[in-house]
Amino acid sequence: MHSFGYRLNALLTFSVTILAIICAFASYSDNLNLPSPSAQIQVLNVNWFQKQPNGDDVVSLTMNISANLESMFTWNTKQDYLKVFVFVAAEYETPLNALNQVSLWDGIIPSKEQAKFWIHTTNKYYFTDQGSNLRGKEFNLTLHWHVMPKTGKMFADKIVMSGYRLPEEYR
Amino acid sequence: MDWQGQKLSEQLMQIMLVAFAVAAFLAGYFLSSFQLMLIIYAAGVVLTSLITVPNWPFFNRHPLKWLDPAEAERHPKPVVANSKKKAVKSH
Repeated sequence: MHSFGYRLNALLTFSVTILAIICAFASYSDNLNLPSPSAQIQVLNVNWFQKQPNGDDVVSLTMNISANLESMFTWNTKQDYLKVFVFVAAEYETPLNALNQVSLWDGIIPSKEQAKFWIHTTNKYYFTDQGSNLRGKEFNLTLHWHVMPKTGKMFADKIVMSGYRLPEEYR
Repeated sequence: MDWQGQKLSEQLMQIMLVAFAVAAFLAGYFLSSFQLMLIIYAAGVVLTSLITVPNWPFFNRHPLKWLDPAEAERHPKPVVANSKKKAVKSH
Protein backbone atom coordinates (compact mmCIF):
# COMPACT_ATOMS: atom_id res chain seq x y z
CA MET A 1 0.00 0.00 0.00
CA HIS A 2 3.04 2.26 -0.20
CA SER A 3 2.44 3.82 -3.61
CA PHE A 4 -0.38 5.52 -5.49
CA GLY A 5 -0.60 2.67 -8.02
CA TYR A 6 -0.74 -0.03 -5.36
CA ARG A 7 -3.54 1.70 -3.51
CA LEU A 8 -5.54 2.34 -6.69
CA ASN A 9 -5.12 -1.27 -7.76
CA ALA A 10 -6.20 -2.61 -4.36
CA LEU A 11 -9.22 -0.31 -4.33
CA LEU A 12 -10.40 -1.24 -7.82
CA THR A 13 -9.96 -4.97 -7.22
CA PHE A 14 -11.85 -4.85 -3.95
CA SER A 15 -14.64 -2.66 -5.34
CA VAL A 16 -15.26 -5.00 -8.29
CA THR A 17 -15.32 -8.02 -5.95
CA ILE A 18 -17.94 -6.29 -3.80
CA LEU A 19 -19.93 -5.32 -6.91
CA ALA A 20 -20.08 -9.01 -7.85
CA ILE A 21 -21.28 -9.84 -4.34
CA ILE A 22 -24.08 -7.24 -4.35
CA CYS A 23 -25.19 -8.46 -7.78
CA ALA A 24 -25.37 -11.98 -6.34
CA PHE A 25 -27.48 -10.65 -3.47
CA ALA A 26 -29.70 -8.83 -5.97
CA SER A 27 -30.27 -12.11 -7.81
CA TYR A 28 -30.98 -13.89 -4.52
CA SER A 29 -33.48 -11.20 -3.51
CA ASP A 30 -35.73 -12.35 -6.38
CA ASN A 31 -36.50 -15.43 -4.28
CA LEU A 32 -38.12 -13.20 -1.66
CA ASN A 33 -40.71 -12.14 -4.23
CA LEU A 34 -43.76 -14.40 -3.97
CA PRO A 35 -45.58 -13.99 -7.28
CA SER A 36 -49.27 -14.73 -7.74
CA PRO A 37 -49.70 -14.93 -11.52
CA SER A 38 -53.04 -15.79 -13.10
CA ALA A 39 -54.04 -16.75 -16.62
CA GLN A 40 -57.09 -17.83 -18.53
CA ILE A 41 -57.45 -19.05 -22.11
CA GLN A 42 -60.76 -19.59 -23.88
CA VAL A 43 -60.95 -21.40 -27.20
CA LEU A 44 -63.69 -19.44 -28.95
CA ASN A 45 -63.75 -21.28 -32.25
CA VAL A 46 -62.11 -24.02 -34.29
CA ASN A 47 -61.78 -22.14 -37.60
CA TRP A 48 -60.72 -25.11 -39.62
CA PHE A 49 -59.34 -28.58 -39.01
CA GLN A 50 -57.73 -30.41 -41.88
CA LYS A 51 -55.60 -33.31 -42.88
CA GLN A 52 -52.76 -32.13 -45.08
CA PRO A 53 -51.71 -34.11 -48.23
CA ASN A 54 -48.70 -35.47 -46.30
CA GLY A 55 -51.02 -36.89 -43.62
CA ASP A 56 -50.41 -34.34 -40.86
CA ASP A 57 -53.31 -32.78 -38.98
CA VAL A 58 -53.51 -28.97 -38.85
CA VAL A 59 -55.87 -26.89 -36.74
CA SER A 60 -56.66 -23.19 -36.67
CA LEU A 61 -58.10 -21.89 -33.40
CA THR A 62 -59.39 -18.56 -32.22
CA MET A 63 -58.42 -17.92 -28.63
CA ASN A 64 -58.97 -15.37 -25.95
CA ILE A 65 -55.85 -15.16 -23.79
CA SER A 66 -55.88 -13.11 -20.61
CA ALA A 67 -53.17 -13.09 -17.98
CA ASN A 68 -51.87 -11.05 -15.10
CA LEU A 69 -48.12 -11.41 -14.62
CA GLU A 70 -47.55 -8.10 -12.82
CA SER A 71 -46.27 -9.85 -9.72
CA MET A 72 -43.40 -11.40 -11.71
CA PHE A 73 -41.71 -8.01 -12.08
CA THR A 74 -39.10 -7.16 -9.44
CA TRP A 75 -36.37 -4.53 -9.12
CA ASN A 76 -34.00 -7.02 -10.77
CA THR A 77 -36.17 -7.48 -13.88
CA LYS A 78 -34.76 -6.09 -17.11
CA GLN A 79 -36.03 -2.70 -18.20
CA ASP A 80 -35.12 -2.76 -21.88
CA TYR A 81 -36.53 -4.59 -24.88
CA LEU A 82 -36.52 -8.07 -23.37
CA LYS A 83 -38.14 -8.43 -19.97
CA VAL A 84 -40.72 -11.15 -19.77
CA PHE A 85 -41.19 -13.58 -22.61
CA VAL A 86 -44.52 -15.48 -22.73
CA PHE A 87 -45.80 -18.23 -24.96
CA VAL A 88 -48.84 -20.46 -25.15
CA ALA A 89 -48.24 -24.11 -25.95
CA ALA A 90 -50.74 -26.86 -26.69
CA GLU A 91 -49.70 -30.01 -24.89
CA TYR A 92 -51.13 -33.45 -25.58
CA GLU A 93 -50.31 -37.11 -25.44
CA THR A 94 -50.02 -39.50 -28.39
CA PRO A 95 -49.36 -43.24 -28.49
CA LEU A 96 -45.72 -42.61 -29.45
CA ASN A 97 -44.91 -39.62 -27.22
CA ALA A 98 -46.05 -38.92 -23.68
CA LEU A 99 -45.68 -35.17 -24.19
CA ASN A 100 -46.11 -33.20 -27.40
CA GLN A 101 -45.75 -29.43 -27.20
CA VAL A 102 -46.81 -27.09 -29.96
CA SER A 103 -46.26 -23.38 -29.59
CA LEU A 104 -49.37 -21.48 -30.69
CA TRP A 105 -48.70 -17.87 -29.71
CA ASP A 106 -45.90 -15.88 -28.12
CA GLY A 107 -45.21 -12.36 -27.03
CA ILE A 108 -42.94 -10.04 -25.06
CA ILE A 109 -44.26 -8.06 -22.11
CA PRO A 110 -42.37 -4.76 -22.29
CA SER A 111 -43.23 -3.34 -18.88
CA LYS A 112 -44.99 -4.03 -15.62
CA GLU A 113 -47.87 -1.79 -16.72
CA GLN A 114 -48.50 -4.11 -19.67
CA ALA A 115 -48.19 -7.32 -17.65
CA LYS A 116 -51.94 -7.47 -17.19
CA PHE A 117 -53.04 -8.14 -20.74
CA TRP A 118 -55.84 -9.50 -22.81
CA ILE A 119 -55.62 -10.62 -26.41
CA HIS A 120 -58.05 -12.05 -28.91
CA THR A 121 -56.07 -14.00 -31.50
CA THR A 122 -55.88 -16.95 -33.83
CA ASN A 123 -52.89 -19.21 -33.38
CA LYS A 124 -49.78 -17.39 -34.57
CA TYR A 125 -47.97 -20.65 -35.41
CA TYR A 126 -49.42 -23.77 -37.01
CA PHE A 127 -51.04 -26.16 -34.58
CA THR A 128 -49.91 -29.25 -36.43
CA ASP A 129 -49.29 -32.85 -35.45
CA GLN A 130 -46.83 -35.10 -37.25
CA GLY A 131 -49.38 -37.79 -37.87
CA SER A 132 -53.13 -37.79 -37.65
CA ASN A 133 -53.59 -37.88 -33.91
CA LEU A 134 -55.56 -34.71 -33.35
CA ARG A 135 -59.16 -35.85 -33.97
CA GLY A 136 -61.08 -35.83 -30.72
CA LYS A 137 -57.81 -35.21 -28.86
CA GLU A 138 -57.87 -33.77 -25.36
CA PHE A 139 -55.18 -31.18 -24.85
CA ASN A 140 -53.88 -28.66 -22.32
CA LEU A 141 -53.12 -25.05 -23.08
CA THR A 142 -50.11 -23.95 -21.06
CA LEU A 143 -48.96 -20.39 -20.57
CA HIS A 144 -45.17 -20.43 -20.13
CA TRP A 145 -43.10 -17.40 -19.21
CA HIS A 146 -39.44 -16.55 -18.76
CA VAL A 147 -38.40 -13.56 -16.67
CA MET A 148 -35.09 -11.94 -17.69
CA PRO A 149 -33.16 -10.59 -14.70
CA LYS A 150 -30.60 -7.78 -14.78
CA THR A 151 -28.18 -10.02 -12.93
CA GLY A 152 -28.26 -13.66 -11.96
CA LYS A 153 -30.75 -16.39 -12.41
CA MET A 154 -33.48 -16.42 -15.07
CA PHE A 155 -36.88 -17.49 -13.80
CA ALA A 156 -39.27 -19.65 -15.78
CA ASP A 157 -42.70 -20.86 -14.77
CA LYS A 158 -46.03 -21.88 -16.29
CA ILE A 159 -49.75 -22.23 -15.72
CA VAL A 160 -51.39 -25.35 -17.13
CA MET A 161 -55.02 -25.10 -18.22
CA SER A 162 -56.67 -28.37 -19.12
CA GLY A 163 -59.97 -29.63 -20.44
CA TYR A 164 -59.82 -28.63 -24.11
CA ARG A 165 -60.88 -31.06 -26.81
CA LEU A 166 -60.59 -30.99 -30.59
CA PRO A 167 -63.55 -32.00 -32.79
CA GLU A 168 -63.94 -35.62 -33.94
CA GLU A 169 -64.28 -34.66 -37.63
CA TYR A 170 -62.24 -32.55 -40.03
CA ARG A 171 -63.95 -29.36 -41.08
CA MET B 1 2.85 7.72 3.33
CA ASP B 2 4.16 6.25 6.57
CA TRP B 3 3.44 2.78 8.00
CA GLN B 4 0.51 3.88 10.13
CA GLY B 5 -0.84 5.87 7.20
CA GLN B 6 -0.76 2.79 4.97
CA LYS B 7 -2.67 0.75 7.55
CA LEU B 8 -5.21 3.55 8.01
CA SER B 9 -5.65 3.96 4.25
CA GLU B 10 -6.26 0.24 3.69
CA GLN B 11 -8.74 -0.06 6.55
CA LEU B 12 -10.57 3.09 5.47
CA MET B 13 -10.80 1.76 1.92
CA GLN B 14 -12.27 -1.58 2.99
CA ILE B 15 -14.71 -0.17 5.52
CA MET B 16 -15.95 2.58 3.21
CA LEU B 17 -16.49 0.27 0.25
CA VAL B 18 -18.41 -2.29 2.32
CA ALA B 19 -20.50 0.46 3.95
CA PHE B 20 -21.35 1.99 0.56
CA ALA B 21 -22.20 -1.45 -0.85
CA VAL B 22 -24.61 -2.15 2.02
CA ALA B 23 -26.20 1.31 1.73
CA ALA B 24 -26.50 1.00 -2.06
CA PHE B 25 -28.09 -2.44 -1.86
CA LEU B 26 -30.63 -1.41 0.78
CA ALA B 27 -31.53 1.78 -1.11
CA GLY B 28 -31.88 -0.11 -4.39
CA TYR B 29 -33.94 -2.91 -2.90
CA PHE B 30 -36.36 -0.78 -0.90
CA LEU B 31 -36.81 1.85 -3.61
CA SER B 32 -36.97 -0.90 -6.28
CA SER B 33 -34.30 0.68 -8.43
CA PHE B 34 -31.31 -1.28 -9.65
CA GLN B 35 -29.92 1.87 -11.26
CA LEU B 36 -30.00 3.75 -7.96
CA MET B 37 -27.96 0.95 -6.37
CA LEU B 38 -25.30 1.20 -9.08
CA ILE B 39 -25.17 5.01 -8.87
CA ILE B 40 -24.78 5.05 -5.08
CA TYR B 41 -22.08 2.39 -5.22
CA ALA B 42 -20.20 4.14 -8.05
CA ALA B 43 -20.30 7.40 -6.08
CA GLY B 44 -18.98 5.48 -3.07
CA VAL B 45 -16.08 4.04 -5.07
CA VAL B 46 -15.15 7.51 -6.41
CA LEU B 47 -15.31 9.09 -2.94
CA THR B 48 -13.31 6.24 -1.40
CA SER B 49 -10.61 6.53 -4.03
CA LEU B 50 -10.39 10.31 -3.52
CA ILE B 51 -9.92 9.78 0.21
CA THR B 52 -7.65 6.76 0.34
CA VAL B 53 -5.57 6.79 -2.86
CA PRO B 54 -3.75 10.19 -2.87
CA ASN B 55 -0.98 10.71 -0.34
CA TRP B 56 -2.84 13.13 1.95
CA PRO B 57 -1.00 14.83 4.85
CA PHE B 58 -3.01 12.96 7.48
CA PHE B 59 -1.44 9.69 6.30
CA ASN B 60 1.99 11.15 7.25
CA ARG B 61 1.54 11.92 10.92
CA HIS B 62 3.88 9.19 12.16
CA PRO B 63 7.18 9.63 10.30
CA LEU B 64 9.89 7.05 11.02
CA LYS B 65 12.57 8.41 13.35
CA TRP B 66 15.93 7.32 12.00
CA LEU B 67 19.04 7.45 14.19
CA ASP B 68 21.16 10.46 13.31
CA PRO B 69 24.51 9.61 11.65
CA ALA B 70 26.65 10.44 14.72
CA GLU B 71 24.70 7.93 16.82
CA ALA B 72 24.93 5.31 14.05
CA GLU B 73 28.72 5.62 13.84
CA ARG B 74 29.05 4.82 17.53
CA HIS B 75 27.42 1.42 16.90
CA PRO B 76 29.17 0.10 13.79
CA LYS B 77 27.74 -2.79 11.83
CA PRO B 78 29.34 -6.13 12.57
CA VAL B 79 31.87 -6.87 9.80
CA VAL B 80 31.46 -10.20 8.08
CA ALA B 81 34.76 -12.08 8.10
CA ASN B 82 34.43 -14.04 4.86
CA SER B 83 32.74 -11.32 2.88
CA LYS B 84 33.63 -12.66 -0.59
CA LYS B 85 31.91 -16.02 -0.08
CA LYS B 86 28.81 -14.40 1.40
CA ALA B 87 28.55 -12.01 -1.50
CA VAL B 88 28.53 -14.90 -3.97
CA LYS B 89 25.90 -16.73 -1.94
CA SER B 90 23.59 -13.80 -1.67
CA HIS B 91 23.45 -13.31 -5.43
